Amino acid sequence: MSQAGDTRPVEVRHDLAHVPLTPPSRTSGVLEVFRRRYLLRLMVRREIQARYAGTAFGLLWSYINPFTRFLTFYVVFGLLLGRGLGIQNFAIHLFAGMVLVNYFTETVTAGTRSLLSNKGVIGKMALPREMFPVASMLVSLWHAIPQLIILVIACVVTGVWGDGPLWVPDAVGMGAALLGFLLIMVYGTAFGLMFSCINVIFRDFQRIVQTFINMVPFTTPMMYPYWITFDRFPAFWHEVYLANPVAEAVQLIQRGFWYPTCEGPCAVWPNPNGDGTLVPAPEFADHLYTRGFIMLAVGLVLLVVGQWMFARLEKSIPERL
Amino acid sequence: MTTSIVVDDVSKTFRYQYHRTLKQVLRPSRRTREAADPDGGPPTDGTFKALDGVSFEVQQGESIGLMGLNGSGKSTLLKLVSGVMRPDEGRVLTRGRISGLIATGAGFHNELTGRDNIYMNAAMLGMSKEETDAKFDDIAAFADVGRFLDTPVGNYSSGMFARLGFSVAVHVDCDIFIADEVLAVGDRPFKRKCLKRMKEIRESGITMFYVSHSAGSVKRMCDRAIVLEKGRVGFDGDVEEAIKFLHYDGEDEEPDAEEDERDDALANDI
Repeated sequence: MSQAGDTRPVEVRHDLAHVPLTPPSRTSGVLEVFRRRYLLRLMVRREIQARYAGTAFGLLWSYINPFTRFLTFYVVFGLLLGRGLGIQNFAIHLFAGMVLVNYFTETVTAGTRSLLSNKGVIGKMALPREMFPVASMLVSLWHAIPQLIILVIACVVTGVWGDGPLWVPDAVGMGAALLGFLLIMVYGTAFGLMFSCINVIFRDFQRIVQTFINMVPFTTPMMYPYWITFDRFPAFWHEVYLANPVAEAVQLIQRGFWYPTCEGPCAVWPNPNGDGTLVPAPEFADHLYTRGFIMLAVGLVLLVVGQWMFARLEKSIPERL
Repeated sequence: MTTSIVVDDVSKTFRYQYHRTLKQVLRPSRRTREAADPDGGPPTDGTFKALDGVSFEVQQGESIGLMGLNGSGKSTLLKLVSGVMRPDEGRVLTRGRISGLIATGAGFHNELTGRDNIYMNAAMLGMSKEETDAKFDDIAAFADVGRFLDTPVGNYSSGMFARLGFSVAVHVDCDIFIADEVLAVGDRPFKRKCLKRMKEIRESGITMFYVSHSAGSVKRMCDRAIVLEKGRVGFDGDVEEAIKFLHYDGEDEEPDAEEDERDDALANDI
């Protein structure tokens, strides 16, 4: 127990007279999580290692799954279904969105379960419990990276073999994609914090979350072009549709990866004057970046609310697990 | 002398049942109602007090034996002192870093190797990477799991599992050490090693909070005993008197006495 060669009593060695008496369960919330980065890093690494433990391919599975998914999309949407929607490189349009939608759904699903699935530790050790939903978010982020790599490869390959221009990332596009990732991180963490402790008190909650999570992919413009919603929703409902942070993030990442792969107009729609010709359609919502930054601000407020809720509810969590 | 632990008029209430199905809420069966109210007496709110107005203070370097029958609130009290739970009423204050053994093996991940789990568990107890690196050899040597160190802990025997957890806990440079039924696991050589280690911990001036049913080891390890009775402090003071208070001095039954003798023998070993 004592440091080598130091046989002074603990009281002197740690200068306990100057250490304050504090409640042992003190916590400063999410900030505490980042103060204990080392533990957070180990926890994230543990989750990642455990996922593929015992498999022969290991981390390669993180590449195989998204790659086969991309091929499926390419065949189904690119070759079979997508033709009538007037969209170039539909597979990339879809896959780019899928990277963020997957990241979001994984974060929220794993975050919601995070406290319950770690109950062994929570019931026995005093840790900042915000650690668990935050770790879920980071693990999901880690799994988004292989998908991002596949996306980059797909963009480059489309440029080389397809008829479009070579994919060259532009600064605005990369900034947009980064903003998209930030949005998902912030909202994912906020929902993870709120849902994880609700789920401990009300166990049906993870089922409810799952039900709604299954809808998320359809609420974003990735399986269909954005112009359809612009064309067919009434103005009010169109705004509601765009208020979804995931829909916003999907458009931002499409701006970074899909948009530069197009030759000429990325999407076309029937001329609104009804003469039957196809004219360039809006690829994204107007004020895309302004909306993005506003949503980031709203997300940060939501994060504070989530932290406040977590702090209120977590007091009774150990005995309810 | 500095105060190490303050427990001030602490109460903790639990419910008999936290989660009910919709069916149970709408049409409670007789059994469910009785479960919420076992005495069948007047309707209660389905709660019980695990701790009720517990107060005491511990000075740095004191070694406290916490005793009491099953269900008297010992584990709840330890969870409050270690910070896992918060009191409903009153307050708990501690000074310095806490390590301990309510958690032997808690947070071990079966798929990960013993080595990875040592780092993980040490980090949970508040050790940095450098600190763990410096003590790693000592921890591994104390756990004595040999070649198993680099295999997943899921393959460990229960004794090895417990040894690994104990080994991490005792190597934390802490100010308060909590030990819950340490001697419940492990073979005799390991028990002896544990007790020796805990004696070192005690001599280095660390506040010790030791829970045990074994009168012999409490007698050897502790200089003060607290006896809990149905969530209240029944006795606080001299160890010998505490054992008498609990009728643990082995007058009534033979097996108890034998057990105590063995404990005494073990305690004499160290």
